[in-house]
Amino acid sequence: MAEAVEQKEYWRWPETIWVDESKNWHDAEVISCGIDLGSVSTQTVIMTDGELYAYSNLRTGSSSLDSTERALNAVLEKIGDMKREDIHYIVGTGYGRVSIPFANKTITEIACHGRGAVYIYGNTVRTILDMGGQDLKAIKVDSRGKVVNFLMNDKCAAGTGRGIEVMADLLSIPITEVGPLSLKVDEDPEPVSTTCVVFAKSEVLGLMRKGWPKEKILAAFFRAMASRVVELLERVGVEPDFAITGGISKNVGMVKRIEKMLGVKALEPKIDPQTAGAIGAALFGRALYIKSQKK
Amino acid sequence: MAKEFKIEPLKVWDDFKKYREKYYRDYLEAKDNGGIRWAGSAWAFDAVPAGLGEDVYPLTGEPYGATVAFFKDFSLQALEAAERKGVARDLCGYLRNYWGSIILDKYVLADGTIVEGFPKPDFNYTIHICCTHAKWYHRAGELEGGIPTYAVDISVGPGYLLDDKKIDYVVRQLNDSIEWMEKVTGREYDDELLIKAVYAEADSMTTWAKICKLNQNVPAPLEEKSMFTLYALLVLHRADPRVAELYHKLYEETQDRVKRGIGAISNEQFRFLTDNPPPWAFLNIYRYMEREYGAVSLGSIYTFGLEGAWLGMDEKGERWIWEPAPTPEEAGVEITNREEALRWTAEYNLRYRPGWQHPYSHKIRKLETLQMIRDWKADALIMHINRGCELWALSELEVRDYLVKHGIPVATYESNMADPRDFDEARTWNVIDSFMESLGRKKLSKQ
Repeated sequence: MAEAVEQKEYWRWPETIWVDESKNWHDAEVISCGIDLGSVSTQTVIMTDGELYAYSNLRTGSSSLDSTERALNAVLEKIGDMKREDIHYIVGTGYGRVSIPFANKTITEIACHGRGAVYIYGNTVRTILDMGGQDLKAIKVDSRGKVVNFLMNDKCAAGTGRGIEVMADLLSIPITEVGPLSLKVDEDPEPVSTTCVVFAKSEVLGLMRKGWPKEKILAAFFRAMASRVVELLERVGVEPDFAITGGISKNVGMVKRIEKMLGVKALEPKIDPQTAGAIGAALFGRALYIKSQKK
Repeated sequence: MAKEFKIEPLKVWDDFKKYREKYYRDYLEAKDNGGIRWAGSAWAFDAVPAGLGEDVYPLTGEPYGATVAFFKDFSLQALEAAERKGVARDLCGYLRNYWGSIILDKYVLADGTIVEGFPKPDFNYTIHICCTHAKWYHRAGELEGGIPTYAVDISVGPGYLLDDKKIDYVVRQLNDSIEWMEKVTGREYDDELLIKAVYAEADSMTTWAKICKLNQNVPAPLEEKSMFTLYALLVLHRADPRVAELYHKLYEETQDRVKRGIGAISNEQFRFLTDNPPPWAFLNIYRYMEREYGAVSLGSIYTFGLEGAWLGMDEKGERWIWEPAPTPEEAGVEITNREEALRWTAEYNLRYRPGWQHPYSHKIRKLETLQMIRDWKADALIMHINRGCELWALSELEVRDYLVKHGIPVATYESNMADPRDFDEARTWNVIDSFMESLGRKKLSKQ
């Protein structure tokens, strides 16, 4: 009987859990939680009196309920002595937000990303690009992070995390390395001609057969993806300051190309920008809890 | 506290439903009594085949394709049957449902009953304006074993640039098509029936425009989901005097609703327009908007303009006028013979059908849409990026950007009018909820 050959999963990105050890959550008056259940990743953020205290950033599994339980339990476990009952208010967001049974309220991820981006980047941010696992959003916000306009990509994985995962696997390069590697070219080659991930994959296979080095292939791929993202941004109109949230904001190959095409530099994040949606949700949670106490 | 409006069911509702049910059955059973069947676009010159007799039954392809789309299970069978025959998935969704029905040799009635044996027409009679219409029936005729097909080319430009030469071009084809119909059916053509049908056609189309205009009132007396049922008779058989009569009844009832302040929904708080044929299998979008946001869809350039007759662009091509076009009686025109009848129907359709204006220029569609938003006092537009119709998808995004520049909030969602596989429910709700949130609208169920 043939044995299965073990295969490395290059697409897997590292999961993270973080707690601010300098703070004591017992001192907080309001503990709020935001859970961003996305198609690829799930973030849970705990805020104490509106300040970031802890978060987890884990992969979304096949069960939405299990993924949210896992993400929340992971962060509570890391904190140690906090129990779910200690949280005053939980807001669910993201593609799977309706599948978070213990959330006090659900809010769309566009609103949460707007609010979260202002927390991360400051209130000068006006245009946000959220590059997620399966969709892209160009969001315009006011100084409070309130969404004033937005556009989503059409149903296509181009320019999204899932598309990059496919390419990392195809080229056998860990996903955290594809971005930096794509910049190791003197000049970007012509972009791959198609933006559909499935067809781009066959096009890349052709380039591999032609003997193109991996960094050149990645440069061609990211140039095409960045171009698609910029089209979306230009339709909503880019007004500075400009910031990027979502998992792909960590991909320097995409970010640099988007900046170059737009002629605008994105703000540097002080906090993991993949948590923006969950941070926004937790901030909404705090406000909603305070409002409920006044009634 | 939001104002509550009185609501009432429409008295004419059942009459419209019954007509549609009877229409599909009449076509099926036409041969039992020696009648004639013809099939073609809902944009075909419906009045012209009427001259063949009073037992002539049409089947219009677009509404048939939409009916199939509404019954998702059958639609899937039809779409896959067409694809197995090599039909590309990005062709018109209605066309694929229609061809799929022929290939499966099954016919759907309005209530979803599936009948074995797709009823073949005696001839196909259509128009040609986009890349699909003529080829649709040409190929359908082949699939049906060689049904003769006639397509009238109407691509002469927008109504405000119409001249005698262009009208003559269409009238010549209509005259020729009558001779052709006589040949393929063996029947003698009756000009009196043609004249009667031409009057009825204009009556139906202008009355529909008058009904749509009443939705400018607050509260809106009608909402678009119901209007899809009400406008359907225009796309089925507007040249039938019984259809014109039903629109008169509806017009009277709608005027009465306005007079008494009867709304389409009790909690109207937000008024929006749409833009394209909807995804027919997912009309619950409209009920969701009503229930969750007190949002009423007032109509669209599609619902109002596909078969309604409107003045349209002014003579200079600078302004769109949403006023009902005149019927022959209102224009002081008496139609006494075939030539006059054909000339009237050609000019009336070419000049006053919005659906035959905006495909020529995104400028027309921009002006048309913006004027509609203003005239109907709409708060926003929710645009269906329709992957099922190239003609209706034309200029969509240019219009979106133009409206946004004019301060009109616009949301877009992607789907397909007639292919349920292209609809992503969770994503669509997400767009709608995010859009309403961005406008400061809270869900009524959460308040």
